[in-house]
Amino acid sequence: MLDRRAAVKALLNNRGENLLVVAGLGAPAWDCTAAGDHDLTFPLWGAMGGAVPIGLGLAIAQPDRRVLVVTGDGEMLMGLGSLTAVGARRPANLAIVALDNERYGETGMQRSNTGRGTNLAGVAKASGIPVVATVGSAARLDEAVSLARSARGPVFVTLKIDPAAHDLVLPPRDGVLLTERFRAALGV
Amino acid sequence: MTDTDPPAAADWSADAVAALRALDVRQIAYVPDAGLTRFLDLAAAEDGIAMISVATEEDAIAQCCGAWLGGQRALAAMQSSGVGNIPNMLSLPRVCGMPLLMLVTMRGEPGETNPWQESTGRAMPALLDAMGVDLRRVEDAAEVGPALAQAGADAFDGDRRICIQLAQSLIGFKGFHGAGESDA
Ligand SMILES: Cc1ncc(C[n+]2csc(CCOP(=O)(O)OP(=O)(O)O)c2C)c(N)n1
Ligand SMILES: [Mg+2]
Repeated sequence: MLDRRAAVKALLNNRGENLLVVAGLGAPAWDCTAAGDHDLTFPLWGAMGGAVPIGLGLAIAQPDRRVLVVTGDGEMLMGLGSLTAVGARRPANLAIVALDNERYGETGMQRSNTGRGTNLAGVAKASGIPVVATVGSAARLDEAVSLARSARGPVFVTLKIDPAAHDLVLPPRDGVLLTERFRAALGV
Repeated sequence: MTDTDPPAAADWSADAVAALRALDVRQIAYVPDAGLTRFLDLAAAEDGIAMISVATEEDAIAQCCGAWLGGQRALAAMQSSGVGNIPNMLSLPRVCGMPLLMLVTMRGEPGETNPWQESTGRAMPALLDAMGVDLRRVEDAAEVGPALAQAGADAFDGDRRICIQLAQSLIGFKGFHGAGESDA
């Protein structure tokens, strides 16, 4: 199993101005912040289940940039239906990475259904997303990163991560600020 | 047309699409309703509007927010029961000060034959009000286009969250006409 902080750091390495990131609420958002807060990261503090449809709207609006949704298994389970809209529209610039610790980490590490049989990449595949992978070893992390960063999408990658809690590294919490800085950095 | 024909009813669907074009709305995220059929067909025939059939209405709200982050304007369209699926997601545009434009066809009003539509139809104005969305009701077909144009201008230029509510009398209603037809 992967260390989530190291995995997200690798995902966002040398991100430049071409990568737009939507981070699911809780630990995935803290992981993205730990890798380096950025004007072009939109970290969620709520809106559970919304990370993928936010990414979809963004990917349609910005077809020349890469959109990467980094979220958790719990957040993804709440928005599974949104994968069907991604599979139907198939935006080539959208990638989704689910950090799957088989737990609701933020709320106390309760077990989630990905530890009881639900295969998120399988759901993504069955929803019409053409490129899917499940990666759980450091040896294959580079492959997962290159799928997420540059494969023709839409892409869905499950990263099986160690269910360890990390320090809180918090992004700004002011939603208006997060929105304005993102749009300003994009020039829209 | 003869002297005895009634005047043609205003085509609110065409007016609504024209209003959205003028507003430069580029994405429509929707869950279908019978009353939205013609509107959705006309919008889909336009170039440059991405039509996204979402699995649940909360996805439409989130997608509109993503579009805004990326510099595009979007519309969320649904029937009134769908509003019951979205309250928590409405926290997103609200806390982020993002605009939101919604078009909702009413169910559960006079003429409704499906009692299951009544509860959320009744609750819808209160749900939207509780989540900080302004409701503007339209009962006259000729007013739909202008109301949508004004709501869009207020939303997108003023960072407000506004829902146009189309009265059931305006969209008509589907009754039970026999096997194979539903009025869900
Ligand atoms: C609608 C809603 N339900 C429940 C919660 C509580 N909640 C916050 S984070 C979270 C779990 C997130 O789990 P996951 O996405 O797997 O992230 P992890 O912390 O495990 O990395 C839950 C249930 C919430 N914020 N909103
Ligand atoms: Mg988790």
